[in-house]
Amino acid sequence: MPSSAPQLVVPQLPTHLLRASLHEAHPYTGKLIIVEGIDGSGKSTQLDLLKKFLRSEGYTVFFTEWNSSVIVKETIKRGKKKNLLTPTTFSILHGVDFADRFARYILPPLKAGAIVLADRYVFTAFARDVVRGVHPDWVRNMYSFAVRPDMGFYFRVPIDISLKRILNGRAAIKFHEAGMDLGLHTDIRESFRIFQGRVLDEYDKISEEYGLTIMDATTPIPEQQVVMRAYVRQMLKDYHPKPFVDVPEPSFIAFDRDHIET
Amino acid sequence: MADDVPKESLIELPLTPALAAKPRRRPARRHEKLFFGEGLPYIDVQDLGGKLIVIEGTDGVGRTTHVDALHKWLELDGYAVMTTGLTRSPLLGEAIEAAKNGHNLNVNTFTLLYAADFADRLENQIVPALKAGFVVLADRYMYTAFARAIVRGADRNWVHGVFGFGLQPDIVIYLDATIDTLVHRVLNSDPEYWAMEEAGATIELLDYWESGMDMRLGRDIYDSFINYQKRLLHEFQLMSEEFGFAVIETEQADVEEINKRLRKVIKAIL
Repeated sequence: MPSSAPQLVVPQLPTHLLRASLHEAHPYTGKLIIVEGIDGSGKSTQLDLLKKFLRSEGYTVFFTEWNSSVIVKETIKRGKKKNLLTPTTFSILHGVDFADRFARYILPPLKAGAIVLADRYVFTAFARDVVRGVHPDWVRNMYSFAVRPDMGFYFRVPIDISLKRILNGRAAIKFHEAGMDLGLHTDIRESFRIFQGRVLDEYDKISEEYGLTIMDATTPIPEQQVVMRAYVRQMLKDYHPKPFVDVPEPSFIAFDRDHIET
Repeated sequence: MADDVPKESLIELPLTPALAAKPRRRPARRHEKLFFGEGLPYIDVQDLGGKLIVIEGTDGVGRTTHVDALHKWLELDGYAVMTTGLTRSPLLGEAIEAAKNGHNLNVNTFTLLYAADFADRLENQIVPALKAGFVVLADRYMYTAFARAIVRGADRNWVHGVFGFGLQPDIVIYLDATIDTLVHRVLNSDPEYWAMEEAGATIELLDYWESGMDMRLGRDIYDSFINYQKRLLHEFQLMSEEFGFAVIETEQADVEEINKRLRKVIKAIL
């Protein structure tokens, strides 16, 4: 190492903020509630009802959903359409979407003490991307900056019911939704069954691994909502919204304004 | 590796004993260890021939000039050559430009965008070229992405993990320079710029991103450039050690001399 090497001084983050973890509670006063499940599980409906309920109770509630960041929305859409996505690029692009939304729409409200609702979270990637063929450790590392949800619901639904619900709401199943890019089957419905079936298996393992609350998505909507609200009320018993102010100094600004080195 | 770090409020670089004691990761020959980490589990890597040659170095060191010259030289020598560089993926190119223009990215998002671009080029351009027996010249590789991310405060382990799907190069050549040389080259670089100036355009000396202005490391873009490039040079020094780069000093040598050295190093692994 040459003697002229610059002496860099990098402030160290306080230890409890150094590493976010999906296995340990976050230190912020806000609450993060997420829902997971395959399409047609009814999770979005339930989360929407929960949002209205919480707001009617006077809580400040923020909402974010999967694959909505403008940074990559067009790229993902175009990539899907022209079949340009590999399992790895598909996975990373959704990671970009999540990283952007996490930094802008999830973490700041959590720090400010608000409730954040997320339609799909990192577990979607852990399930889908692994079924597509990426390494499970690799995808978990990519999302390792994410915080652990205070409440995570997994809406469990059998394939046939999910298929029926999707086709009730839409004309057809989408190509990537059915895993057609993986060449599992020439018939789109069969492909859907195989692909989403594997995703369901992954979700079961993930619920175990990360302690998600499993919801029976086959019961009537109001019944599910009653159960969901009960869990959430319980979780909110220790909710005391006040802002998190132990904000660290930025780790990269380390210059002295009056004595800039040249 | 984050456990090595002392829990004081300030850490100082360069090498602490903990960093110095870190095991070195050499870029293995591809037949020893193919990937940087978990790799691409779903692709068949049996018939990967060719050679993957990486040329690294910060902005203004003359990398692109040398890569172009090497490309021509290799072709004259009878090799099929493909050159690839950062942010040239048709899938991601636009998104990266748009995101940069928006000045709105945090370091994780930034890093993942580069990773997506890199994955796209790796799978769609580099791997097929290697399978076809090409020599692939990479004008920059994962290491530039590492440096840019780490200098912005990204977790080192995380960044390395994200690029775990990357293919190990056959050789990494790092064109080293000091900060003085970089400034000198920036001042004298593009004849195109001066032509535009003659035609009436206003020239901006420095690029926003190449000056780390998203972090505003100084009172103006020049100060920021100096501090940012110093940090990058430092990161590259650390990586040269960690990953076993072949380092070529560009300080006292002219373009021809450097090119000769490059050719010598490359010939040795062909």
